[in-house]
Amino acid sequence: MTENILEVRDLVKHYPVTQGIVFKKTVGHVKAVDGVSFDLRAGETLGVVGESGCGKSTLSRVLMSLEKPTAGSVIFKGQDVATLSAGAMRRLRRQIQMVMQDPYTSLNPRMTVGDLIGEPFEIHPDVAPKGSRRDKVKELLDLVGLNPEHINRYPHQFSGGQRQRIGIARALALRPEVIICDEPVSALDVSIQSQVMNLLEKLQNELGLSYVFIAHDLSVVRHLSDRVAVMYLGKIVEIGTEDEIYERPTHPYTQALLSAVPVPDPTLRESKAIIRLTGDVPSPISPPSGCRFRTRCWKAQDVCAEQVPLLEVRPGSDHPSACHFAEKREIVATHPA
Amino acid sequence: MSEQSAPGADGSGRPSGRLLEVDDLRVEFRTRDGVAKVINGVTYHVDAGETLAVLGESGSGKSVTAQTVMGILDMPPGFVTGGQVRFHGKDMLTMSAEERRRIRGEGIAMIFQDSLSALNPVFTVGFQIAEQFRIRRGMSRADAKKRAIEMLDQVKIPNAKGRFSNYPHQFSGGMRQRAMIAMSLALDPEVLIADEPTTALDVTVQAQIMDLLGELQRERRMGLILITHDLGVVADVADRIAVMYAGRIVEEADVYDLYAKPAHPYTLGLLDSIPRLDEKGQQLRTIKGLPPNLMNIPPGCPFNPRCPMAQPVCREKIPPLLQIGAGRASACHFAEELVNRD
Repeated sequence: MTENILEVRDLVKHYPVTQGIVFKKTVGHVKAVDGVSFDLRAGETLGVVGESGCGKSTLSRVLMSLEKPTAGSVIFKGQDVATLSAGAMRRLRRQIQMVMQDPYTSLNPRMTVGDLIGEPFEIHPDVAPKGSRRDKVKELLDLVGLNPEHINRYPHQFSGGQRQRIGIARALALRPEVIICDEPVSALDVSIQSQVMNLLEKLQNELGLSYVFIAHDLSVVRHLSDRVAVMYLGKIVEIGTEDEIYERPTHPYTQALLSAVPVPDPTLRESKAIIRLTGDVPSPISPPSGCRFRTRCWKAQDVCAEQVPLLEVRPGSDHPSACHFAEKREIVATHPA
Repeated sequence: MSEQSAPGADGSGRPSGRLLEVDDLRVEFRTRDGVAKVINGVTYHVDAGETLAVLGESGSGKSVTAQTVMGILDMPPGFVTGGQVRFHGKDMLTMSAEERRRIRGEGIAMIFQDSLSALNPVFTVGFQIAEQFRIRRGMSRADAKKRAIEMLDQVKIPNAKGRFSNYPHQFSGGMRQRAMIAMSLALDPEVLIADEPTTALDVTVQAQIMDLLGELQRERRMGLILITHDLGVVADVADRIAVMYAGRIVEEADVYDLYAKPAHPYTLGLLDSIPRLDEKGQQLRTIKGLPPNLMNIPPGCPFNPRCPMAQPVCREKIPPLLQIGAGRASACHFAEELVNRD
């Protein structure tokens, strides 16, 4: 058993909803993340998938300690992040870095590439002594497949894919052990997307990184992940190895999600059975009682409104699923002929 | 590809045959930094009841072509430097503004990717649909409202009556896209151009919207031009596909042929570089390099700097889009070899 580098336990993040201008009154909470637990093992990629508003980006912000969790804990290598002193926190931040979604807004347009990638060294001067920083930056540029001679260029002189490489180089600067990738390829064109995905894989193999890979594109997640967690309205509804989730999903939401993904093969048109979900995701301010998916679920019974289904291994299955009626179902989309 | 066709009405109300043809269209953007040749001879057509998918990455010119067809291209900086856009055989680019206006909505309608910015935030959704019936059909306020509610009902917006007086921000993304479909179909157009209609939506909602579009298209025998970059969506709904690269169509084929045996190295590269849901691949194959700068398109075939098959001839001669079999065309010097390989 490999060690867990990151352990997340019952993580909750609620945002207050206020009313009034002078006398602000809290009228409710957006339950963005509502009791999420998982482990990240050293050297693995954990994919997190879900539709917009399911809390995956909030999760990434809490993991990065950009937001304080409302409840629950994030434990990095046995240490609870919430209890750390300011100095220890600073050292910890070195270990967990992030690659953002939008390479256009996440790079300061007034800074050169050298400054952008070198900035982490200013904040953590002990990682690289002053004299060696430019060389370090050049090494990083080379590592992510950019020309080290472009160190004095500005972000606008690069294409989207190249900018994302700059973002990755910056995340790597402090030699972190964990990288949180929040939709790192969703803003890129297909032909560029595959280049960046291959780069992420290469870096993981060379540097032994662990990734939390957040994305809404299920094909991309399958390609990169060892294990996958499926989120719906702030909760993980199913978690398992890439094979368990994609080949033997037991939660109706996972099944619907997988069946809705268009497969680039016109010959599957006839054989593909898409599970149609009706309606939209309910508001995270007042999620449905019991199972949160029950309002869109075709299996919903009375018990689903009364009891919250726990994320546990169900009979006849090999991985945890948060559904009272979890069972396997052939998803034709993932089984061509 | 571009033989002239008669307007061809068969007396049954809806005309059969070539509805909309784009013929050797050329558009450039004249900017302070130089001239960007955005569209360099694009030819395609769509018939009644048919779905043509225009596939391409950002900057390939797929949206600009559609904007030129609709007559909503910003001019300047855009300039149409050549070609024709024929609707029922009549060139729209030389028409008067009044004539074009009559085609818009009733002849050709368009839906956009970003429904929040395409809808006017200060009018109710219902008003924006009913407005068309008032102005174009001369209906009374009450009749227009009734028709608008019918339209909302047709695109399966629950509680259409109650939703009539909602503003766009009160709709979810999927519902706004439905409202936009209702709006574009209000005047019963013969051709619908859908520019990345589901790109901003989640997969489960995307499936709903694509279903709806397909259903409405079959009912009305519309010609549908689906502009997208998503090879998955295309495989599900298209009849024919035109692949664009650097302002040109590089390949055109029936959907089954294109996925089975692509006849252009760019198409092949695209198909190889997408991760698939049904396979856990090892290393993705990639297309090396970047799309060309449209202000400085490389000589010869625009794809040659990224092409694994490039030969000296590719740097010298622009390959024309040539027929290479029934209903297929490719703009590659080595198309035959590509198709005939195993």
